[in-house]
Amino acid sequence: MNGRRSFLRGFFAVLLSGGAIEGVLKLFPSKAHAKEAPRTGAWYGYGVSVDKCIGCARCMDACKNENNVPKEPFFVRTWVERYIIRKNGQTTVKAIAPGDEATPETVSDKRILRSFFVPKLCNQCANPPCVQVCPVGATFQTEDGVVLVNEKTCIGCRYCIQACPYGARYLHPVSHTADKCTFCYHRISQGKLPACVEVCPTQARVFGDLNAAASPMSRFLRMNKIHTLKPGLNTEPKAYYANLDGEVR
Amino acid sequence: MGKLFEKFPDPLARLIVVVVAMIALGAFAYFVLIPKPVKDIDFQWADAVKREKARPVRYAGFQACEECHGEIQIKKVTGYHKDLSCETCHGPAKAHTEDPDKVKPTIPTARTFCPQCHAYNPSRPRGFPQINPVAHNPLKPCTSCHNPHDPKPPTTPKECSACHGEIARMKAVSHHVQLECTVCHQAPQQHKISPRSVKPTKPQTREFCGKCHGKDATDKLAKNAPKIDMGVHGEKYVCWQCHYPHSPEVEQ
Repeated sequence: MNGRRSFLRGFFAVLLSGGAIEGVLKLFPSKAHAKEAPRTGAWYGYGVSVDKCIGCARCMDACKNENNVPKEPFFVRTWVERYIIRKNGQTTVKAIAPGDEATPETVSDKRILRSFFVPKLCNQCANPPCVQVCPVGATFQTEDGVVLVNEKTCIGCRYCIQACPYGARYLHPVSHTADKCTFCYHRISQGKLPACVEVCPTQARVFGDLNAAASPMSRFLRMNKIHTLKPGLNTEPKAYYANLDGEVR
Repeated sequence: MGKLFEKFPDPLARLIVVVVAMIALGAFAYFVLIPKPVKDIDFQWADAVKREKARPVRYAGFQACEECHGEIQIKKVTGYHKDLSCETCHGPAKAHTEDPDKVKPTIPTARTFCPQCHAYNPSRPRGFPQINPVAHNPLKPCTSCHNPHDPKPPTTPKECSACHGEIARMKAVSHHVQLECTVCHQAPQQHKISPRSVKPTKPQTREFCGKCHGKDATDKLAKNAPKIDMGVHGEKYVCWQCHYPHSPEVEQ
């Protein structure tokens, strides 16, 4: 009799405390839901036509010139990956560097099924994991959907670099803060194109306001079958890929 | 007040006073001493956006170049490089637009520059003009034959292999080595001038291959060609689903 009573008392206490915890969580909701496109004003997006990329690395050069990115090959805000897919399903991915020698030895290699270049950059997610994990609120989303780093408050803990599923961030060796693609925020706020879009010789890269009714970006989204990278992670990327191969991650 | 404290034992009353004083001190420090920019995250973000917007622009954009260099724009607009921004080759030019006399953009002349886009690389999209820099007029600067603002081959090529080298090399070691390209493809003269807009023909039917490879082929080229019975060989499939015509062995 006594045992049952104390069991019930404990049981209801646990129920009540569960409710209390939920109440606290409702008072302080987590920030983990996607920001939505504003009704008015810009909401920037980026388009990549994978079939147009020739892997010339002009974009990487331009980005480094425009944004004071260190010249060493492993510090990049945007980069281009070369995919080589073999008949046995084995896939090799290698980031190219400006001035790389082309490797035509693959011409005669009969085991290769297909090969292509994929330009990559920060996906400027609507639901960015890097913003969620930043312990000091140094990385944030602007009104127009661009994820920026406040280098004055960034403590260089590298948590965001770990959290980014696209590997788009690096630690700047001079300022020792996290650094990433800003869609060339200083250029787009003046109505210019990002530097990589400006110099791309084959128009593999497209940039524009997703809210605009008529722009190269909205045309790109309308005329192509669009994929995003790692859609299962619910990050809601705003870098849209056309003609993307299923092997690309 | 005194009565309230009397209810507590003396040490506890002192403790309460100390705690209340610490809370008051903390609140004073937070609300008065710490300046707003340090604790207000919206303020910090607005500041970061302002700093980000103020960064210097290095690439001026192609519209800026047109203002002074309109004549090059007119030349470029009909050529293959019409979609290229000037700064793709000439480098960042914002400083040049501000002081045109002092700062000059670079003019790339090295033979290593053009192959960054035009060297043969099997990962590049098919149809993109590519050369082998080792074999293609070695040591000659690219600009001695091609005008970069209106690039095209200096002379109209006569051989198909000038552009379709990969196919030509493959055909050279295949059983079809004796066949001219024109046996199977009709290439209009216009194709040599604007290759993308006028395309050569391709065979469309089984019967085309059957003219040489059918059991009772009469074509004079067909003398030594392997013969098959078109009625039973391959059934409903077209020939190039199993045989690649430029290297017509059966793919494994």
